[in-house]
Amino acid sequence: MRTQNATAYRFLTPYLLIFAVFWIWPIISSFLISFQATRTVPWRFAPAFNWGRLIGDPAFYNALKNTLLILVIQVPVMIALAIVMAVLLNSPLLKARGLYRFAFFAPVVVGEVAYSAVFRLMFSLDFGIINKLLNSVGIPKIDWFSNVTPAMALIMIAVTWRWAGYNAIIILAGLQSIPEDVYEAATLDRVSKVKQFFHITLPLLKPVIVFCAVLSIIGTMQLFTEPFLITERGGPGGGTETLGLLLYRQGFRSLNFGYASAVAYTMAGLAIAITLVQLWLMREPK
Amino acid sequence: MTSRSQARLGRSILLHLVLTPLALVWLFPLWMMVVFSTMPDNGIFSPGIELLPHGGFIDNFNNLQRDTNFVGAIGISVSVAVTYTILSVLLTSMAGWALARYEFHGKGAVVAIIFGTITLPYAVVLIPQFIMVARDFALANTWIALIVPPLFNSLGVLFMRQAFSMMPAELFDAARVEGVKEWRIFLFVALPLARPMLAALAIILFLASWNNYLWPLLINSQPGAMTAPVALGTLIGLTKVSWGGIMAGAVMLTVPMLIVFVLLQRHFIAGIAAGAVK
Repeated sequence: MRTQNATAYRFLTPYLLIFAVFWIWPIISSFLISFQATRTVPWRFAPAFNWGRLIGDPAFYNALKNTLLILVIQVPVMIALAIVMAVLLNSPLLKARGLYRFAFFAPVVVGEVAYSAVFRLMFSLDFGIINKLLNSVGIPKIDWFSNVTPAMALIMIAVTWRWAGYNAIIILAGLQSIPEDVYEAATLDRVSKVKQFFHITLPLLKPVIVFCAVLSIIGTMQLFTEPFLITERGGPGGGTETLGLLLYRQGFRSLNFGYASAVAYTMAGLAIAITLVQLWLMREPK
Repeated sequence: MTSRSQARLGRSILLHLVLTPLALVWLFPLWMMVVFSTMPDNGIFSPGIELLPHGGFIDNFNNLQRDTNFVGAIGISVSVAVTYTILSVLLTSMAGWALARYEFHGKGAVVAIIFGTITLPYAVVLIPQFIMVARDFALANTWIALIVPPLFNSLGVLFMRQAFSMMPAELFDAARVEGVKEWRIFLFVALPLARPMLAALAIILFLASWNNYLWPLLINSQPGAMTAPVALGTLIGLTKVSWGGIMAGAVMLTVPMLIVFVLLQRHFIAGIAAGAVK
């Protein structure tokens, strides 16, 4: 094919302009802002100002600790659950498949604000339906909002409810792309279904699962709405404060753009590191 | 009955015994959203266990409308989501078409930059976008602020690039031989062929815009300029507020999307799964 510069760029330019202005330039810009003292007018270049503060800031370590804790517990639990959902939904024995699919996939269309409101109401101390149900089977009510451990658990439950089905959709598509005949030999050799799952299905699904893990980790890393709305601005006492919430408070409550940019780049650094580890895990065995 | 079909039946029963409780747990929050939206506040905050809908949705809606202009906010959300979806589908399919079907200088660089930055968290661009739109362009609390910056999303470009590159070249070459202009080939040959992919993309983009929270929260914080999720979010955590009203709002945000989901499930699932299966 001959080169068609003029034609190609006529199609490409409108998107490229938006992409450059609202994505590429901000990526560079926030890196530069993180090295500036932004609470003086005009801003001045002060390389250690924000990063130095970040390294010594207990609020940063608290948010980092909470974010990583949610990441380490919630993401594996959710991916495991999504695999279970996808495998069971894929079973040829399943009746009323549409109903089950609806149950698990419906949360995908529910907005963060709507579901945060429902979870807040469902888990409230005295009149929340969850505590009422726990009570009715003899379990004492749990104060989901005043203690750190239940509050963190609540955030993880909420995020898992919202996103497990999303991952199940992706994993189900992966399952359905595995050709039937892969299993035929194993079935003839009377290899049990469970063994087939661990020795055939899981290895073949690895790229899809890694993809889901990367998406989920990057999403959870930026967790904002749930601790903002469900546990009320990261409560109790910063117990569910995340990096996303710290960025919001520093950037848009205190208007401390430099410091908030340093927090944002910490998240980016973590995302890049995790993506590289995942790519390394996915490498072709030699 | 042979032992083989007995084993099959056993497995089938076990499957449903595992999946049914899990499905009920998963549906529970949505069911309770509907139940709460039909109950007065003194019913929501009472010691009894209520699991069935009442008849108070209209009262709750009126309470919500008293707390915030939710109907106005829904109007903004619908207009913004529709405009955003049309613009984004157009921009990303044009870009995807160029990347799929033409050879040109800088193509490798464009693809590399899109792929290289796709896993960066959105948080990285939040502050400069805000400074740019609110301060430099002075566009806070406008529709442009809600619609234009989120158009940077590059997943649609990759999705449409994939769609167009799977089409056989002969389709377009035949038109070229007859002297049809490139933009006509794009509009009248390529786009109609890509209809299922465009539908999947449009649904995903509409949903993303409809549910978008953080950016509209930051940029359109004035009461008359808020989207519906932002308006609803301002009520959560207030002390004197109708929770039944909040739930009515949540239902109004959610149920239309659930209906769309049921009707267009195939496109929905294709759009989400396409991220993974290439």
